Amino acid sequence: MAGAPAPAEQPAPPDDSPTLGGGSVGDRVYRTLTTAFAVAIPVLLAFITFEVVAAAWPALRRFGFGFLTSSAWDPQRELFGAAPMIYGTVVSSVLALILAAPLALGVAIFLSEFCPRWLRQPLSFLVDLLAAIPSVVYGLWGMFFLLPILREKVMPFLATTLGLARTPFFSGPAYGNSMLAAAVILAIMILPYISAVSREVLMAVPRSQREAALAMGATRWEMIRDAVVPYARTGILGGVILGLGRALGETMAVTMLIGNRHEISPSLFAPGYTLASVIANEFAEATNELHTSALMACGAVLLVVTLVVNGIARWLVWSVAREQKA
Amino acid sequence: MRSRAIALASLAAVLAACGGDRQAASDSTMPSSSGVDLNGAGATFPYPIYSKWFSDYAAATGVKINYQSIGSGGGIRQFSEGIVDFGASDGPMTDEEMTRTKHGSVLHFPTVLGAVVMTYNVAGLSAPLRLTGELIGDIFLGKVTKWNDARIAAVNPTLQLPAADILVVHRSDGSGTTYVFTDYLNSASPAWTLASGGPGRGKEVQWPVGLGGQGNEGVAGTVKQTPGSIGYVELAYAKQNSLAIAHVRNTAGEFVEPTIASITAAAEGVVAALPQDTDYRISIVNGPGAGGYPISSFTWLLVYSTPPDAAKGRKLVDFMRWMYSTGQQAAAALDYAPLPAALAERLTTRLGTIALNATP
Repeated sequence: MAGAPAPAEQPAPPDDSPTLGGGSVGDRVYRTLTTAFAVAIPVLLAFITFEVVAAAWPALRRFGFGFLTSSAWDPQRELFGAAPMIYGTVVSSVLALILAAPLALGVAIFLSEFCPRWLRQPLSFLVDLLAAIPSVVYGLWGMFFLLPILREKVMPFLATTLGLARTPFFSGPAYGNSMLAAAVILAIMILPYISAVSREVLMAVPRSQREAALAMGATRWEMIRDAVVPYARTGILGGVILGLGRALGETMAVTMLIGNRHEISPSLFAPGYTLASVIANEFAEATNELHTSALMACGAVLLVVTLVVNGIARWLVWSVAREQKA
Repeated sequence: MRSRAIALASLAAVLAACGGDRQAASDSTMPSSSGVDLNGAGATFPYPIYSKWFSDYAAATGVKINYQSIGSGGGIRQFSEGIVDFGASDGPMTDEEMTRTKHGSVLHFPTVLGAVVMTYNVAGLSAPLRLTGELIGDIFLGKVTKWNDARIAAVNPTLQLPAADILVVHRSDGSGTTYVFTDYLNSASPAWTLASGGPGRGKEVQWPVGLGGQGNEGVAGTVKQTPGSIGYVELAYAKQNSLAIAHVRNTAGEFVEPTIASITAAAEGVVAALPQDTDYRISIVNGPGAGGYPISSFTWLLVYSTPPDAAKGRKLVDFMRWMYSTGQQAAAALDYAPLPAALAERLTTRLGTIALNATP
């Protein structure tokens, strides 16, 4: 296994030596164009960051570090703090990941290892189709289907039947609109991303890898656990990061289900708020300058949160990959 | 060859996206279709009646008016920056906002009346729930938390109220509906005002309790599904979705059902006492007058007193003249209350004060 290239890594493309010393005009134009494209992305990102931070500056200067720690959000008194939204964004996304990742991995393993050939295509297609459903449709489905089930079945089951109401995480009245509802809808929304990437990566595991494990006397379960999944680990984690990025920025469906309350509560039954939701909710009607600026500051914080969470996830992938190579 | 063409095309797209962000943003608000005579933007609440007016008016006169319901805040912004020919808002512009307009002084013209109604989900009630302003205020402040609270029972002696918790549902998005509702509580519930430490009034306030629903549909959906909940929505929305609607006590002590007639009556009480030189930035919530529903409000068109383009200004004034006569008759069918006749007349006269001959 040592030295096996990670599936995501492509062999380096041949360098531009054929065009050295003046190739055809087409080659030069092509090279200039692709360079321009590559440069355009960081430039665009820099522009976005600059614009957001510039617009957020009045609020950041006024509230300073307190903007990150305060729970106040009072447009009438011009007091703004993003702590509940930062908490809600991170918790709902991480929770969604905890729910979705094992499920998505299970789907991917079934599709790549156990699924009869005739079923694989239609089933993969259906899972991928989950990604094509618009966010607002998820929100509506959540409001009219998921919330009643959560309120009448799942929440009483968790609180009473399992007796989890004694823990702070499942206490309080079960209204439906809650952090839990947001996490569940996010889990369903990011499932296709994680499972599609994982499936492709698992299918790319060489046949010899599987045969070697089986030849050693491994059962099918042992083969998947010890030979296939570890081989594809980096790629699977990549899929998980993709899902996480999607969850952090998701707006509409979350807004419709999370209850939109500026409050940090340990209970998953309590309503919460996310950074993306508050911008979507309030930006259109924010006429006051400081209010607009505070919303832009939420955007800037969301950028930072996304960067930090992605950084942690990348570091995780990197350390896993290094461990794998060692 | 083909791939080169594609590459060039996508480069152009990238450059366009990089360079003209501001430009593109303002361009996208302009209609691309030719032949549009006037552009407006603003409130979503009166959008159904406005779009009917504009299509009826186009059919009658051929003058095309393009209206984008982007919200009152966006309407005020685009109007102040001179991007659109007229704005529309559910709440009047503040004095400070009025000093920051591109083309000088602004006139507010009320167009129709709307109302905010209390909708609730309490099983087994034999008659519509009755509420007072102080009671609604205390429920939304989290001071009254049970449906069988003695104070609710006192105004509903005939109802069998359950011992259930009250779940408050409010709008999470900034909205004119919230403005009207909090404007009413500000006037009817002493504990609601900023001065006494309450949430105050605005399109967004800090709610002491409850869940936030996105839009009228979010609030109504949550209330419909959740036993024990209470929320507020626009009258038109509540009627079209047959929600339970509470009767609210007015200043004359009557419990009034929100209807077209009771909303117009609420305006009549206020308009009768209006001074001649009013700028019409007036709130009619909790106003005087018998039979009036207390959570009623105007919605306004914003017009420059000296339109920068006189020809467009003339077209706008012609439309508004039509709106105050023929247009008012279309309102009730869409659950908006028409203006009292005397007010429509006064406003028609006021249209004459718009300067149409001056150069900008």
